[in-house]
Amino acid sequence: MIDISQYLDITAEAPDRPAAQVHRLSRGEWRDAVERAAADGLTLLGLWGARASVTLALLDEEQARIGLLSFSPRNGRFPSVGRHFPSAQRLERSIADLFGLIPQDAPDDRPWLDHGRWGLSHPLGKAGQGKAQDYSFLPVEGHGLHQVPVGPVHAGIIEPGHFRFTGQGETVVRLEERLGYVHKGIEGLMQGAEIPRGAELAARVSGDSTVAYGWAYAQAVESALGVVPSARAQWLRAIMAELERLANHLGDIGAICNDAAFALMLARCSVLRENVLRAADAVFGHRFMRDIIRPGGVSVDLSGDGIARLRDLLADLEQAFPRMIELYDNTPSLLDRTVGTGHLSNALVRQFGAGGYIGRASGRGFDVRKVFPYGPYGQMDMTVPLRGDGDVNARIWIRIREVEQSLALLARLLETLPDGVPLIELPKPSGACQGLGLVEGFRGDILVFVALDRHGRIRRCHLRDPSWFQWPLLEAAIEGNIIADFPLCNKSFNCSYSGHDL
Amino acid sequence: MRKFLLEGLLKRPLTEDAPTAEGNLATEIDRTAHRRLGRSLAIRMVDAGSCNGCELEIHALGNPYYDLDRLGLHFVASPRHADILMVTGPVTHNMKTALRRSYDAMPAPKWVVSVGDCALDGGCFRGSYAIAGGVDAVIPVDLHIPGCAPSPVDIMKGLLTILDSATASRAAGS
Repeated sequence: MIDISQYLDITAEAPDRPAAQVHRLSRGEWRDAVERAAADGLTLLGLWGARASVTLALLDEEQARIGLLSFSPRNGRFPSVGRHFPSAQRLERSIADLFGLIPQDAPDDRPWLDHGRWGLSHPLGKAGQGKAQDYSFLPVEGHGLHQVPVGPVHAGIIEPGHFRFTGQGETVVRLEERLGYVHKGIEGLMQGAEIPRGAELAARVSGDSTVAYGWAYAQAVESALGVVPSARAQWLRAIMAELERLANHLGDIGAICNDAAFALMLARCSVLRENVLRAADAVFGHRFMRDIIRPGGVSVDLSGDGIARLRDLLADLEQAFPRMIELYDNTPSLLDRTVGTGHLSNALVRQFGAGGYIGRASGRGFDVRKVFPYGPYGQMDMTVPLRGDGDVNARIWIRIREVEQSLALLARLLETLPDGVPLIELPKPSGACQGLGLVEGFRGDILVFVALDRHGRIRRCHLRDPSWFQWPLLEAAIEGNIIADFPLCNKSFNCSYSGHDL
Repeated sequence: MRKFLLEGLLKRPLTEDAPTAEGNLATEIDRTAHRRLGRSLAIRMVDAGSCNGCELEIHALGNPYYDLDRLGLHFVASPRHADILMVTGPVTHNMKTALRRSYDAMPAPKWVVSVGDCALDGGCFRGSYAIAGGVDAVIPVDLHIPGCAPSPVDIMKGLLTILDSATASRAAGS
């Protein structure tokens, strides 16, 4: 058996992401490496295709090391990763859909993103004639079962996706998801694009994480070109990232409680969320702070007035938020809905490498800001909140703790904001190069891989949303719960459809 | 919770009267909606491929600052209950059928409002193999609200326009 650690050469020590070295393996080495990685308990961080190769990102959480492995199959078939890493199955199905590279001996060979409606097959590989195809859901057998198909269009203001429930009475015995409805072909549009165009697309992968995606993309490009933006730019990025986290967590806390029919919490939290967005608009010129992070830095600097405005926001939130916690914690009828609902085990979040509040509510404490610190986070004092109970209540509490933490981080970031130019010019690449970005969005770790050609155009860009490793676990968390609690469980996960479908 | 309820009685609501300088927009919507459809204009929202940014701002219309419901404009769960279909995103090929069916399920008269830059012509996703185009590539659009993402105030303004045209079309018809 091979020693997998020889490939894990990206460490946390580098001040920012180092240029990503990809280890090219033979078929046998690839098969051995995947088997070994699974046996050693490594985490799958990503798996993506290109025209003629597949690349695998592995994470050793204990050692804080990442490795990139690739294999170029000559016959268009590669040994399945999904056989050993269940978290890779949907990624593999997408690779087969988009590039026509087939995972051999894969446990699931159904299409995933391709619904047979593009008019062509394998749009990013050797494109062929597309054809409409039936999709077969997994068979369910047993007494007194009934099915409830939901979506793609849902009842509320929400993204589209299909859920196939099999119930026995009111109890869900199986949920099967079908996604891909909002597949926009972002990675196809990336190919051959200039760096700024890539940034525009990256900022539109998932609207709620536009700052985090902007940062992860910028990190990948900067690591490929070997540039480090100014400390001021890094601080400003972190300020925006924490504002984004605040806005999303505040919105989520209210919305989850609303799905347990407690509208007061939604009304109150949505006011706090709106206050964050208005401050972001006043200070950075956009409510979601979209398109402000650019490779090389940020396009908007923070003025003295801006700092004062943000300090006012923090003061207001510090006064208002404890009352929300008290309200949540002292409403037994609400806790009755959230405690014990949608339980997710530690074994599953570890197996799938699920991050964010979903991982942390079930005892997996991975947070990129802590394990692979980037920008100012290495100098910030932060503890990752962790719980073991893994239910809806736990996912709310992790968000509550992270709101408090973001408030503390923001205060510290504003206090220590260094001087400097916000944006530097990017150098021309000296040749083809590639880079890796890894950023903690509000939902979890976002991975971006960018390969540039010698003219500085994008050869390949892959953006992996944290939802890839969270969506499959929703199927597990809902099992044994009643169908009526699905909205509650789903909102407590709040996975991205657009980020996943790309 | 008692404290919150008491506050609700004693304090002024956060709801803002006039979000723009162009006049009292909230009152304007109220007057027009009332004339046209009493206190009931139902909106069904369909995401046909957006990044979720526009949805977040449409959601914000329900927060206490904007409180769209007070104007008689409300979001409904079924297209069969809807007067307006609000559509976001470039229309992906994978969502084309669902969008068309949602539109077909609505009773006439009906209006379509497309929201966000990519709903116009695909925006920054134009030219992708997975995109059918803007919303009007699939269903007729009465009004487009630009922005990436349009702010809640922009969306309110757009709804005012559609209310005006709804009133005008009724006047022309009668």
